[in-house]
Amino acid sequence: MITQKEVEYVAELAQLYLSDKEKELLTKQLENILNLVNKLKELNTEGIEPTSTVIPITNVFREDKVKESFANEESLMNSPEKEKGYFKIPKIME
Amino acid sequence: MKLFEYTAHELSRLLRERKVSSKEIVKEYIKRIEEVDNKLHAYISYNFDNALLKAKECDKILSKGADNLPPLFGIPISIKDILCMKNTKVTCGSKILENFIAPYDATVVEKLKNNGLIVIGKCNMDEFAMGSSTENSYFGPSLNPWDFSRVPGGSSGGSAVCVAASESPLSLGTDTGGSIRQPAAFCGVVGLKPTYGRVSRYGLIAFASSLDQIGPFSKDVLDCALIMNVIAGYDEKDSTSVNIETPDYTRYLVSDIKGVRIGIPNEYFIKGIEEDVNSSINNAIRLFEKNGAKVVNVSLPHTEYCLATYYIIATAEASSNLARYDGVHYGYRNKSAKNLWDMYKMSRGDGFGEEVKRRIILGTYVLSAGYYDAYYLKAQKVRTLIKRDFEEAFKECDFILTPTTPTTAFKIGEKISDPVQMYLSDIFTISTNLAGLPAISIPCGFSKENLPIGMQLIGKPFCEGEILKIAYNYEINTDWHLRKPLLK
Repeated sequence: MITQKEVEYVAELAQLYLSDKEKELLTKQLENILNLVNKLKELNTEGIEPTSTVIPITNVFREDKVKESFANEESLMNSPEKEKGYFKIPKIME
Repeated sequence: MKLFEYTAHELSRLLRERKVSSKEIVKEYIKRIEEVDNKLHAYISYNFDNALLKAKECDKILSKGADNLPPLFGIPISIKDILCMKNTKVTCGSKILENFIAPYDATVVEKLKNNGLIVIGKCNMDEFAMGSSTENSYFGPSLNPWDFSRVPGGSSGGSAVCVAASESPLSLGTDTGGSIRQPAAFCGVVGLKPTYGRVSRYGLIAFASSLDQIGPFSKDVLDCALIMNVIAGYDEKDSTSVNIETPDYTRYLVSDIKGVRIGIPNEYFIKGIEEDVNSSINNAIRLFEKNGAKVVNVSLPHTEYCLATYYIIATAEASSNLARYDGVHYGYRNKSAKNLWDMYKMSRGDGFGEEVKRRIILGTYVLSAGYYDAYYLKAQKVRTLIKRDFEEAFKECDFILTPTTPTTAFKIGEKISDPVQMYLSDIFTISTNLAGLPAISIPCGFSKENLPIGMQLIGKPFCEGEILKIAYNYEINTDWHLRKPLLK
């Protein structure tokens, strides 16, 4: 059983604003989806290694060489707000 | 037949024989799009001016002789609006990226350009590729060209519509749980999801990084092989792309399939499959047998756990990938927020649609303290079991045949309010993403309502060529792929 409180807590973790109506609907729908995924509890997976990727690679290294990268202007081209070559955000501290 | 109805390889032949110019082809498609796309809504944005310029350049080069040019030189293509193309919009079907301009080319886009393919527009999709119908697109749904009251499938629905309704001869989509194969089946075209690691994901906006793969839509199997020759291959910019040789896929297109072992998994022939789908698949199996293939029964015992495993892994990865949309560096920002934290929350709350929010919440939940082991880690372990099922099955057979979807295209609005019902429409396609395997959907019949039916062929890792061979054998013995929708 999932409560609206839990949905609110998870939304906080995800930094996601939800309206009251959305919270209510999501609580109901999550309950159904969790019923679906809870099916996995039937399976005994003791001693089974988890698969995080299907391809047989681990870390991929490359030489530490300087390559072409974005100019300041290109990096800022999609910014919602900018000033003097920087991304601008609302105040962090009062 | 109209010029826009030709396959890419036929257009390529006409170009080489100087019977038509690249500019004429592009103009013909623009005309076609202007005629039908206000209804079908296969595109989010057009790239007409640039496409005409490129076509002119191609014609100049073609006039000097076509002998050493790549096979698809001068041919138009559409791409899903999840792939970055320098200095053009890439929205991912979302309000949060509505005005985002890609600062660089995806590797596949670079490859298209290097091979003389001309990108004519960007295709509609479910927001962030989350969905099975295009109904989750911020820009509104695409319609199924076979029946306007039905969905084209998704998430790469726009790409499937483009090819089915001849709004482009080829298209690129992406497939995380069936997002190429399911719309290909619903629209009656060929759609291939390559092996994970076969095609570079650099410049593909991430949904679930361990499952996402780029692949083509086409009118026939030869076109599929030709475009695979363009997009496949190792890329150092994608650490998950695999450095192995890429074959010439057209070499596999020979008709002989004698002795090939087709695996039929019992678990995929379940209650709830539409009768017409069932009989089309059975007819296909009989045809393969007649052509010399051997049919064997195989078992994939963890099939019933695939959907649950998928929705835990995919949403967990999505919640992490989508954390980057915070209104700081790019994308939508809620400007009324008074402080940084509110800006994050409100920008995300305003910018994401319902399904995306649902998956972020589920993904965050299964990764959160106290639930990580029970859900995420558990799903990763079951993923191992699902992968092993296929490894065992492939000891008995060379490829596996299933329906692509349990039903034909469903009605617009039919499943949108019930997420679980919507998720179930991917039930036959998600297992191959979990196992990383290549799989194709090809047209294999029509229902009584004249809706296309798709057959899925699943291969061993990196055996796209072998799948194409089997698909080709089916195609030359049938004519389903030649049928055209009436657009109504």
